[in-house]
Amino acid sequence: MAGQSDPHQSLFSAEEVEFIAEDEMVEIIPNLRMDALNFICGDFGPFFPQIATQVPLWLAVALKKRGKCTIRPPQWMSVEKLTQVLEAERDSQRMFEQLPFHYVEISRLLFDHARDDIPDVYMVRSLIEDIRDVRFHKVETNLETLTERAFALKINNLSAMEVNIVRPFVGRALQAFYKHDSLELIPDQERVSDRRPQVANNATRRHLRR
Amino acid sequence: MTSESASTPGIDGDYEALISTTDVELLKRAWRNEKAAPEILRFESALIQRIRGQIQLMEETVEEFSGSSIDPLSVSLYQMDLDRTQYLLRSYLRIRLQKIEKYTFHISNNSEVQSRLSGQEKGFARRCNEDLERHLEESVLSKLPDNYRDILKQSIISEENDMVPEPHLDTFVVCKSRRFLGPFQLDGSDELLEMKPDDLCIIHYKSIRERVQEGEIDLV
Repeated sequence: MAGQSDPHQSLFSAEEVEFIAEDEMVEIIPNLRMDALNFICGDFGPFFPQIATQVPLWLAVALKKRGKCTIRPPQWMSVEKLTQVLEAERDSQRMFEQLPFHYVEISRLLFDHARDDIPDVYMVRSLIEDIRDVRFHKVETNLETLTERAFALKINNLSAMEVNIVRPFVGRALQAFYKHDSLELIPDQERVSDRRPQVANNATRRHLRR
Repeated sequence: MTSESASTPGIDGDYEALISTTDVELLKRAWRNEKAAPEILRFESALIQRIRGQIQLMEETVEEFSGSSIDPLSVSLYQMDLDRTQYLLRSYLRIRLQKIEKYTFHISNNSEVQSRLSGQEKGFARRCNEDLERHLEESVLSKLPDNYRDILKQSIISEENDMVPEPHLDTFVVCKSRRFLGPFQLDGSDELLEMKPDDLCIIHYKSIRERVQEGEIDLV
């Protein structure tokens, strides 16, 4: 809510977007034995050494930091999959490839805390950065094609971080269009010299007055 | 700990989704919607009550654990979960308080909006209103010429309360639908829009206002 008074800041801070992303499930391989954890947000475990189990990302990172597990990177974070995605992104002008909603935050957290668990980590990282660049550029060019009042815009497959970054600008742009592009205010092209605002009406055409 | 009661019509949608959705998920959804919406939404009193109960229980459990022989790792993990839930709760309540402060005169004149506040929030809104009125009276209004002293109207000849800031319901918001929504009309146009689950759209808030309250559309 603090963001709403400042049009340049987005509603959610980057940390808040990451907070939301930290509830995504990820697979870990614990190296200890621990009883089940009955959290408010759910029940996880019990944990046995070398037995893979699913936990939320924040828990995985916490355990990893204390050296109690290794994290298995999600399937989409492989060099082959990401290369496919990157090529598809480059091929299409308007469509976005389907990526996990929180792919930016998940990959960032894993790079920061579980680098040794990711095979070909440098390749993966550079692929993800390229994907981010291509997608962001696509968003920008598509926004440039907005020339008239839009009541709704579909932006399927955009990710959480991308939405958050783009939101303030798109919101204000659409609103400006909405305010200024109203039908009642645009005089019919044929009657440029007639200054009184008229509703555009194609049925009756009048001659230009000099 | 999954939620059992179906008492809040705002958030609970399908029955299947209900039984598999934790209270924390519901709170997160409520928090996101509240953050993204320009106006204050209905207070999820049942949900908040349950969460408060769970937080209290967990606080007591963590205290017990710290004294006993449970390993410190588990204790710190329980504390993390507790912190996360508390953060969501506090942020949710704070956002609402900010909105109440911002639109205090609008709320006090509008009983429909007031019905969306919790009991404690109503008290806060009232005190906020009184304080702000008194402050404006003493520092500004009493020094203005006679016809301009009203707090709600610009001058005596105003027909409506035009000094009251209102939430901008025509901001554009990003939203996701949770299920297939048949074609519905967008506010201010003849166009119809339909939404499939997981479609991301940027829409006029006014067009989807009721659906957000009903829980069919989530703000992102």
